[in-house]
Amino acid sequence: MKNNVDRELPTDLLQQMNYQPFATTEIGHPEVQRVAPKVRVTTGDDKVVDSIKKVVAATLKDGMTISFHHHFRNGDFVFNEVMRVIIDAGFKNLTLAPSSLTGVMNDIVIEAIKAGTITNITSSGMRGSLGDFVSHGGLENPVIFRSHGNRARAIEHGDIKIDVAFLGVPSADKLGNANGMEGDAVFGSLGYALMDAQYADKVVLLTDNIVDYPNTPASIKQTQVDYVIKVDKVGDPDKIGSGATRFTKDPKELKIAETVNNVITHSPYFKDGFSFQTGSGGAALAVTRYLRQSMIDNQIKASFALGGITKPTTDLLNEGLVQKVMDVQDFDKGAADSMHTNRNQQEIDASWYADPDNKGAMVDQLDVVILSALEIDTKFNVNVMTGSDGVIRGAIGGHQDAATGKLTIISAPLVRGRIATVVPDVTTVVTPGDSVDVLVTEYGIAINPKRQDLRQALSHIPGVPVYDIADLQKMAEKRVGTPKPLEFTDRTVALIEYRDGTIIDTVKQVKD
Amino acid sequence: MEIKKTAIAGTLESSDIQLTISAATNGISIDLQSDVKKVFGDQIEGVIKQTLSDMGIAAAKVKAVDKGALDCVIKARTIAAVQRATETTEQPAWEVL
Repeated sequence: MKNNVDRELPTDLLQQMNYQPFATTEIGHPEVQRVAPKVRVTTGDDKVVDSIKKVVAATLKDGMTISFHHHFRNGDFVFNEVMRVIIDAGFKNLTLAPSSLTGVMNDIVIEAIKAGTITNITSSGMRGSLGDFVSHGGLENPVIFRSHGNRARAIEHGDIKIDVAFLGVPSADKLGNANGMEGDAVFGSLGYALMDAQYADKVVLLTDNIVDYPNTPASIKQTQVDYVIKVDKVGDPDKIGSGATRFTKDPKELKIAETVNNVITHSPYFKDGFSFQTGSGGAALAVTRYLRQSMIDNQIKASFALGGITKPTTDLLNEGLVQKVMDVQDFDKGAADSMHTNRNQQEIDASWYADPDNKGAMVDQLDVVILSALEIDTKFNVNVMTGSDGVIRGAIGGHQDAATGKLTIISAPLVRGRIATVVPDVTTVVTPGDSVDVLVTEYGIAINPKRQDLRQALSHIPGVPVYDIADLQKMAEKRVGTPKPLEFTDRTVALIEYRDGTIIDTVKQVKD
Repeated sequence: MEIKKTAIAGTLESSDIQLTISAATNGISIDLQSDVKKVFGDQIEGVIKQTLSDMGIAAAKVKAVDKGALDCVIKARTIAAVQRATETTEQPAWEVL
C-alpha cells in the first residue's frame, strides 16, 4: 500500500500493528479520549528510598513499558544506572519509551537488546552505534519513531502506556516536588518529562539533591510521584549542554542565516507581535542574531519564541525584543539559568508545546519556524532520520510539529561534502512537503508551489534568487555527481509515525 | 611512467582526499576508505583509475582516504601524487591537465 507521500508501506505489518497510512497534515476536530494513570494511595511519608534495586524489584515486571527523559543529553548518569540494575535483575521483554535516546545511552541499550531485556523501542530518534545496530537488524521488532508532540499524543491516548517512569532531576524534596533548575546538574525546562510524570502508573524520581520540603517551583508535583531515590550524581553538568553557545564563523552558514532572515523580514508574518521557533544548529543560531538587528531596525517585537531554547533567544527576552519564551527544553546553560531568573520564560510540557490532539498547542499559534534537514526532495519532503548511507542517525524532535507553523523555512546547504542535500527523493520522509513553505540554501531559495501567496513577497529580495526546487536539485547533482542508489533488504527496522499517529514512512534494514 | 618512490598528496580535511601512491608490479590496486563509499565508491575509484591511465601509470598501489572530495579534487590530488611518485614535479605532464 502507498500513502499520501507516495511511500510503499508493508501492508501486513501495518494491519498487524493496527496502523493507518499517512493521509493529510490536517488534524481536523476529532473527539479523543485521554487515559489516566493508576494511583497507589499514600500520605507520602514513605517515598524516599536509598536503592534503585529495591524500587525496580517493587515496581517492574516482565513485559512492562519503562520510560526516561533525555534532558541531561550526553551528561546523563541516570539512564545507565537504572538500566544496569534492570539488566542484572534479568527482566525480559520490556518496551523502552524514552523521550529520546542520546549517545551516552547507546551501549547499554544494545546490551539490553542482546540480553532480551528490551524487545521494543519507541523514541524521537537514535544515533551512533545504536542507530547502526538497529539499521543492521539488531532489534527484532521495528522501532517506532515519534515526534515530541506525537509522543505526548500517544501517551494521552494510551498508545504508549508507561508502567514505570525513571526521571532524573537536579532537585527534589522528600515527597517528589522537583524542578530542573536547582542543583549541580541543571538543565532548565523539564518539558518532556512532565508527560511521564503525569501519565505513568509509577513515577520514580532520582536525584543527587534532596532539598527541604516543600520544593518550589515544583515542575513535577508530589501528587504524581511514588518514589524518590537518592543517588550520588544524576549527571555531568559539562556534558548537558555547552556553557556558552558558539556563534558560527562558517561563511556558508552565515550566508544561509542572512538569507533566512531576509525571507522572514520580507514575509507578511514579520510584524509586531509575531512568533518564531529556531533550532539549535549553527545557521539557526546565526538567524537569531540577524533577526535581532532587523527587529530593532523595524521596531518590531515578538510575542513569543518557542521550542528548544538557546541563550541567543533568552538574550532577546532580556532585551525586551521577545515578550515571552515558551520553553520545552534548554540547549545550553545560559538558557537553563535564564528560566530560573526570568518569569517570562515559561516552562511548557510536550503536550502544550506540540501535541496535535489538543485544545490548541503552542505550535498551532506559531508564525515563523526555521528547521534543518539532512535531505529535502523536489516535493519538499524532509528527512531528518537517515544518513547518506541509509543508516538511522537522527531524531524527529519537534520537526513535524513545528513545521505546521505558518511560514516553515528549511535551512540547509545545497551539498554537504559530496552528499547532496536537495535530492529527487529523500531516503526517509519524516516531515511531509505539504507543511514546508520555503527552502533556503546558500545559492538561493525555493518556494513550495502550494504557497503562491508567498511568491510575490519573496520574489524581489535583493541578492536572493528564487529557483524551482527541481533546478536546485539539478545544481546539487551537477556538483557532486549521481549517487548509486542505496540498497536495503525487505525487512522493516523502524516505522516513522506522522504526528497524528499514521505511518508516513518506514526504515528498512541496510544491505552490506 | 615509472613510480620511483612512495608519495602522498592531499589532506584529511573535509571535502579533500589523501592519496598515497606506491610502486607495484601488476596492475592498479585501490584501497578506498570513504564515508560515501556506498554511493560514490565506484565513481571515486573510476576517477583515480582514469587519471592514472591518462598519466601512463600501468601499475601502482593506491591508498585513498576520502573525506567527501568532488571529482575535480580527486583528479588534482591523483595528478599531484603521481608527479611526486614519479619525480616529475618539475616537468608536469601538461596534456593530462
